[in-house]
Amino acid sequence: MSTKAIVCRCEDVTLADIQHTLEIGYRTVEEVKRYTGLGTGPCEGKECMAQAARLCLMALRTDGPDKNDAVVEPFTSRPPVQPAPLGIFARGDEEP
Amino acid sequence: MKPGHEIVPTQGAPRAECDVAIIGGGVMGLGIAYQLAKRGIKKVVVLERGYLAQGASGRNGGGVRMQWSTEQNVRLMQESIELCAGFAQEIGVNIWFRQGGYLFLAKHEKERALMERNVELQNRCGVPTRMMAPEEAGALVPELDISKIVCACYNPKDGVLFPWPFLWGYAHQALKRGVEVHLFTNVSAIERDGSGFVLTTTKGRVRAERVINAAGAWSPEVARLVGVELPNHPHRHEILSTEPLKPFLKPMVSVLSSGLYFSQSMRGEIVTGITVDDDAKGVQLGSRLKFLTTLAKEMVSLVPRFADLKILRQWAGPYDVSPDGHPILGEPPGVPGFFLACGFVGHGFMMAPIISKLYAEWLAGGAKHEVFERCRLSRFAEGKMEKESMILG
Repeated sequence: MSTKAIVCRCEDVTLADIQHTLEIGYRTVEEVKRYTGLGTGPCEGKECMAQAARLCLMALRTDGPDKNDAVVEPFTSRPPVQPAPLGIFARGDEEP
Repeated sequence: MKPGHEIVPTQGAPRAECDVAIIGGGVMGLGIAYQLAKRGIKKVVVLERGYLAQGASGRNGGGVRMQWSTEQNVRLMQESIELCAGFAQEIGVNIWFRQGGYLFLAKHEKERALMERNVELQNRCGVPTRMMAPEEAGALVPELDISKIVCACYNPKDGVLFPWPFLWGYAHQALKRGVEVHLFTNVSAIERDGSGFVLTTTKGRVRAERVINAAGAWSPEVARLVGVELPNHPHRHEILSTEPLKPFLKPMVSVLSSGLYFSQSMRGEIVTGITVDDDAKGVQLGSRLKFLTTLAKEMVSLVPRFADLKILRQWAGPYDVSPDGHPILGEPPGVPGFFLACGFVGHGFMMAPIISKLYAEWLAGGAKHEVFERCRLSRFAEGKMEKESMILG
């Protein structure tokens, strides 16, 4: 696959950007997010996070046989589920 | 990040012996590590429990201001902002530093006296803060409903920055000078060993002549490892980011009575938070609807046009709250060689540039700045506290 392939469409993060992050030695989705900005746009990682996790896992597997059972966690999901205007919350109650 | 400026964290076990072990790889710990290395103390080991920017250093709004209510804080922040302005040059990383000023708003007549007193103090220190009538504040930020405010004050030299590259910059420069930065490395025990300490970590043991506790909201746990009880406690502070807008908002705007603050980042997002009570104990990073509704009500009342502005995400960071709003520094009684750099009450990020520099100067054999004496742990037992009133959140 071309390294110019876009993984995160919201923030224009390419496959090459992620590969670079992995080459440095990072192996968690939280770190990939912070290093590239992946998953910080309007979709909040709904499109790109699984790809980032898969790339982290593949990198871990090449680190050595002891990493074969490694688990990659998703990054923390941030509310709201979809972008929502402040006005809705200004009319709302403090608890659901 | 420019090629060649990557942060490659240290792999494998920490070195067997070091001069200084720093617990906490946030802005304070990494800042001190960099400043020590710069002064020739290179056998430094930073031990971070998570990833870089996992704690409050990666979760704050990036505000830096000189508008404080005590002379010590005003003067320290003048120097800190000067260091922020020179950061890109010195460290080689763009931190998106933008001096658009801080505009504080008073909604109640009774807040005017405090504001005037603070402005007078800041002017005496050479900070160009000035009082503003509501109309003048409205000229600076036309989106404000100025019928809600009675007066304002503005310092054009305050600003905002992006916290993540700030951390990376310190980490990169520290690593380049031989400092070890260990991520995902927890410290589970600290034992006395002659004049120094032996630390047990998830990656092995390391002997350190001196130890610095820069663990932020987790610092009471770390202090307990050497038998020291700290009076600070964690407090959840929530914050949110909106969809990006074309740049239009010059200053960071903050409301004294509610603790609401909002600024526009260089990516165009509005980054905003507000004071919300929290009864939960310990470090809590969950998001609450109560925060969204509290913030939205105050924000939409003050800036009606923001009713249509979409929230992208909310998150939380842990404040490290000290009883008087001032940090806790220096060596606690009875544990020489163990140094505290905690209790910054949500303002550790903006104070880190100057505090880390002063700390390194002192530990490298230079002068001990008066802030270390003033902010000693024993002030609480002695009852010598000066309350800081300009705490937000």
